[in-house]
Parts: sequence; structure tokens; C-alpha cells
Amino acid sequence: MTNTNKTVLASLMGQTTLVRGISSILIFLMVWQIGALCDDWFGVDILAIGLVPPPTDVFVAFLEVIPKIGYWQSWVASFSRVLTGFIVAMIIGIPFGLLLAVNRYFRGIFFPPFEILRPIPPLAWVPASLIFWPTNEMSIAFVTFLGAFFTIVINVLGGARAINISYLRAAQSMGASQFDLFWKIILPGTLPSIFTGAAVGMGITWEVVLAAEMISGGGTQGGGGLGFFIWSSYMGGSLEQIVVGMISIGIAGYLSSSAIRKIGYLLMPWKRLF
Amino acid sequence: MSKNMKISERLGALSIKNVTKVYDPEGVNVKAVDNCSMEIEGGEVCMIVGPSGCGKTTLLNSIAGFHSITEGSIHLDNELLCGPEKPIAAQGADRMVVFQHGALFPWKTLQENVAYGPTVQKTLGAKEAMSKAGDMLAEAGLGNFLTRYPGEVSSGMARRAEIVRALINDPKVLLLDEPYRAMDALTKQIMHESLLETYDRTGVTIFFITHDLEEAIFLGDKVHIVTTRPCQLKKTVEVKIPRPRSYETQSSEDFRKLLAEVNEAVHEEAVKAFQAGERELA
Ligand SMILES: Nc1ncnc2c1ncn2[C@@H]1O[C@H](COP(=O)(O)OP(=O)(O)OP(=O)(O)O)[C@@H](O)[C@H]1O
Ligand SMILES: [Mg+2]
Repeated sequence: MTNTNKTVLASLMGQTTLVRGISSILIFLMVWQIGALCDDWFGVDILAIGLVPPPTDVFVAFLEVIPKIGYWQSWVASFSRVLTGFIVAMIIGIPFGLLLAVNRYFRGIFFPPFEILRPIPPLAWVPASLIFWPTNEMSIAFVTFLGAFFTIVINVLGGARAINISYLRAAQSMGASQFDLFWKIILPGTLPSIFTGAAVGMGITWEVVLAAEMISGGGTQGGGGLGFFIWSSYMGGSLEQIVVGMISIGIAGYLSSSAIRKIGYLLMPWKRLF
Repeated sequence: MSKNMKISERLGALSIKNVTKVYDPEGVNVKAVDNCSMEIEGGEVCMIVGPSGCGKTTLLNSIAGFHSITEGSIHLDNELLCGPEKPIAAQGADRMVVFQHGALFPWKTLQENVAYGPTVQKTLGAKEAMSKAGDMLAEAGLGNFLTRYPGEVSSGMARRAEIVRALINDPKVLLLDEPYRAMDALTKQIMHESLLETYDRTGVTIFFITHDLEEAIFLGDKVHIVTTRPCQLKKTVEVKIPRPRSYETQSSEDFRKLLAEVNEAVHEEAVKAFQAGERELA
């Protein structure tokens, strides 16, 4: 009976996350639709939004590209670039960061050059890597890798160095070997930072891949990735299709970060309570 | 070091002789402990009280082997832990620490935490270690929380679990650094009962740092009052109240007298520490 007194907003907040998510997206689409058609309906043009195609037109454009194989090839191309760069960055970055954290000599040798290279934005590497690497594809992969690598390493290093020294002391007093210390204390203790680094790194990877695809014009074979999809829509003058490309990237990024969150949730049961 | 011998023979005598510890971070010398001597008998509950920042944790860390000492020596059952030739004691399961800010591994359940010691020492197989850990936690009243993570239980439960994690290694000495700080009186009371019960069962030597004078007298055989930094033994008060002790003892005449005696000594040092602090700020 209290229900009758609730406002729309309040009753929305009481719903499940799914219902809430869907409703907020619907409201967003509604505002967008009204904004885009303001000129037609009320004769008033809202700056910038007035130029954006309304969601209904974008939806139509979406329906047009969905059956096309080229569109899906763009997805596959971008996703495989992102995953390749990201996974290689994880495979090299995690052990590298941990070694920097635990070994003084290793840190002395590798940290200074690392710190000089780290501030260089990944995109600044594009021209050089186009020259260094034999194929376009390899240069994109390399730049993508760099984007994630530095972020992952710096997070792993910071996380491992910040482990409470009492944990190490307790473990050593209980007779932990160096091996135990590394695998049972330092690694799980660093896991939250590894996932922070992975989440941020994944975001950077997407940025880099899309920018690189636009700059290099993508591969000539099949699809040039979602970045090239947007670029060619721009060249072809299809505003609707540009927005389709943008939304596709949003969805792709969301899927990637959800996957990382899910893996983190599975690997770190003790973090579920927070 | 067989388990059965331990209670009868009362192992775990600590002999701290003329220990000095100077921290030297980038040339700024901080003398935390100065020529400090203490004799702790096997199976004794030895309470350390003294002003904040006077060097109590430093002394405990020296015993545990977390850092070196600058001068003096520490023996455990007549065996040298550290001394002039060997400035840092080897860390070992014969001296288990319960840390000032708690150090259960957050990524392990209470049961996995307790099972960690015997597992890495390979004194027990993984399965046996887990089942022994479960039994010991149940004995400490934590039987319903075996699969909980430290972040999920109250601070009192976490502390009890941490003590169990230390005890499963069958240490000669239990080193506790203000384990019940910031707990409410009621929880503290339960903690005390649980600790005394453990003590009666194991007879382990207890080296216990605290700020709470009533706690010191209630739990201890001896209360060592240490001076403001650098830490030295100022006075030892023997507590001859018979065990088992109950909470009623706290209102007894003997208890009040001891409390007054300890309080006087601690107060003197606290005033000195306060004045020293004022000088430093001035
Ligand atoms: N690693 C270190 N390097 C330099 N100085 C230190 C170090 N650890 C402790 N100190 C200093 O040594 C002194 C004693 O510290 P300690 O932690 O032993 O005191 P405490 O008696 O345990 O204090 P509290 O009651 O606050 O726990 C303090 O002045 C502290 O600042
Ligand atoms: Mg301390």
C-alpha cells in the first residue's frame, strides 16, 4: 500500500538492476529522439543535438548493416586486435611487473628505461611502428600491446609493493619458502591491482585499436575493423552509420569490461563482499 | 620439541640481555630500545606496558626476527636467537606473532588461514591441515565461520582466528602486539577468557604488549613497565593472583593495589613522554 505513494523514480529504484538498466536506456533514447526531432516537431533547433540522427533512423541503419558480412568482419577484426594486444600485454606485463616489485637488481636495470618510455602516448608510436613492422597488422598489434602493457605493469608493480608487510612476515614466520611466498602471498595479494590494471588497460586497448584503424585505413582485406567502419561511413557521408559504428564500439567495450569483471569476480571470492 | 613434553617442561624461556636497537633511516638515528634486559620464564604470561611509540613493537620485532638489533643478545631456551655475531634472528614457527593491526590473509578463508602454517611446513598433508584447522577453530568458538573470509567476520573473531593460526604451529612463545586494542569492554572480556583458556591448555609462553593496565594485571604473571623512548625496563610488578582468574578478581583488594602500583609507574613515564613530545614540537 505504500507503493501507491511512490513516485515513478522511487518505484524504479526498487526494481531489479535489469529493469532499472533497461528503463534508463529507454529514457535516454526518448530524450535523444525528442532532441533530434525538436526542429521538425516544434520548429526549434537544439544546438548540436539537432544534427544527430534520431535513434529511429539509427535503428533502421542498424537493421541494414546487421545482415552484411562486412559489418561483422569489422567486429571480428577489432576484437581480435584488441584481444591479441591485451593478452600479450598481460602475459608479459604481469610477470614483468612482479619481477620489478620483488627483485632489486631487476628493478635497477629495467625500471629507468620503462619510466622513460611510459609517458609516450601509444599513438605517438604509430608512425615509428608503421616503419618498423613489416605489415600494417603487426604495427597495430604492437601499438595496441603498448597501450595496455604500461598500465598493467605499473598497476602490478604498485600493487605488489603495497602488500602489507605483516602478511609477508606472518607467512615467513610460519615457514613459507620463497616459492610459497610468491605464489601464495604476493600473487593473490596483487590480484586486485592486476584486475584494476586489466580493466584500465582494456579501455586503452580499445582506444588505441580504433584510432590506429582510422589512421592506417585498416586492412584492405575484408573488414578494416570498427574504427575503419566509422571512417568509411564518414567518407560515404552516412551520419546514421557513423552512429551505428559508435554504438557498436560502446557495446564492444562494455562486453570486454564485463568479461574482465566476471573473471575478477570468479578469481577473487574474498572481494565479493565489497 | 614434541607436543606432549611441552607443558611439563615449560619451554619457551626468553632471555633479553642489554638489547639496543637504533633505526637509521638515511642517517637520522632513532634509538628505539636502549640497553633493555628482561628475563621471561618458560610458560609465563609476560605483559609489557609503556607509553606510545616507546619501542615495544621494536622489541617484539627483534624477538620475532623481523629486523636486526644493534647491540645485546636474545636467547630462547638458552639458544642464541640474535647477538653480536648474528644481528638478526631467523624467523621461525617457534615464535608466532599476532600483529598489531592484524595479518590474516584476506584472500584465504579462516580455515585456510589457520591451515597455512602446517601446509607450508609440510608437517601435515593439505587435507589433515584443513581438518585440524577446522577442529581448532571450532574449539575457539568459530566452528560456524570456517569458510568465511577475514573481511566477513568481526574484529574479535578475526583476532581469535589469528591466535589459532599462530597456535596450530605449536610455538614456544606467542608474541601479541596489542591484540585487543580498540575493542569494546564486552568483546575484550570474551577475548580474555578465550586467551586464558588457551593458555591453560597449552602453557605457551606469552609476550603481550598492551596499553590497558587492567588487562595487563588480569592476564599477566608479570607486568613489565617500560620507559618512554628509548625503551628500557623500568619496573616489574609480579601478579600473584592465583589462576584460574575470573572477572570478579578485578574488584578484589589485591587487584586494586596492583593496579595503583602499575598506574603510578606508567603515569610517570607517560608524563615524561608527553613532555618530550612537547619539546619536539616546540
Ligand atoms: N622502521 C623504522 N624506521 C625508523 N624508525 C622507526 C621504525 N619503526 C619504528 N620507528 C620508531 O621507533 C620508535 C618506536 O616504535 P615502536 O613501533 O616500536 O613503538 P611502540 O612502543 O610499539 O608504539 P605503539 O604503542 O604506538 O605501538 C618510534 O619513535 C618510531 O617512530
Ligand atoms: Mg607498537
